[in-house]
Amino acid sequence: MAVPKRKKSRSRTRSRRAQWKAAPLTLVACDRCQETKRPHTVCQNCGTYDKRQVLAV
Amino acid sequence: MPAPKKGPRLGGNGTHQKHILANLAKSLIEHERITTTEAKARQLRPFVEPLITKAKKGDLHARRQVAATLELRNTPFYSGRDTLFKLFEEIAPRYAARPGGYTRIVKLGPRRGDNAPMAIIELVEPLTVAQEATREAEAATKRAVKENEAKAEAAPAEDAAPVADEVTETEVADEVEDKVEDAAPKSDEA
Ligand SMILES: [Zn+2]
Repeated sequence: MAVPKRKKSRSRTRSRRAQWKAAPLTLVACDRCQETKRPHTVCQNCGTYDKRQVLAV
Repeated sequence: MPAPKKGPRLGGNGTHQKHILANLAKSLIEHERITTTEAKARQLRPFVEPLITKAKKGDLHARRQVAATLELRNTPFYSGRDTLFKLFEEIAPRYAARPGGYTRIVKLGPRRGDNAPMAIIELVEPLTVAQEATREAEAATKRAVKENEAKAEAAPAEDAAPVADEVTETEVADEVEDKVEDAAPKSDEA
């Protein structure tokens, strides 16, 4: 059976994981309530999209 | 035999996808607005809109075609009948003046749990009288502009055609004369 020849050092493992990070969310201000929201989606705060009430709040 | 579509499909296989789309369409007709994943909403739109267009025809053949696509044979008789009735007698007349685009998809953002992007798909409102008037006016101006352009194109084309022919004829004649002159000395040498 194929097995790793060498132990992975802590440094190697941590260096690899240092590149593993979350991307920042893109956010815009809502037209209606100025709350931050995802672009091209309904505002979860006031329930509007494109000046139309989509969700009941 | 129709080739299966490329790329990902809903559910496990083509048949499963048909069942999913038929069920989603039935729900949309019943509730007029459903919340689902964005991928399903995007595939549902080109699935239901032709059904509504069919319903606008309103004849028995259209009714049977829609019933087959919605797989109403798999639903209890009364609920299937109600779905067809609602589509043909309530929804179709609303969109008599609307040439397609009966649904609207609004994105909701990712769902908690599996992070799937969600969306609302809903039947749009019928056109108001004012909207119809503006739509017709815009179409009329577009038609007028097109006709004017067609006239403008037709008039110069007739004038230009004979001139173009003359130019090409003289050019061809010159080329022929050049070739004759090139060929003549060679024959002398031989
Ligand atoms: Zn808002």
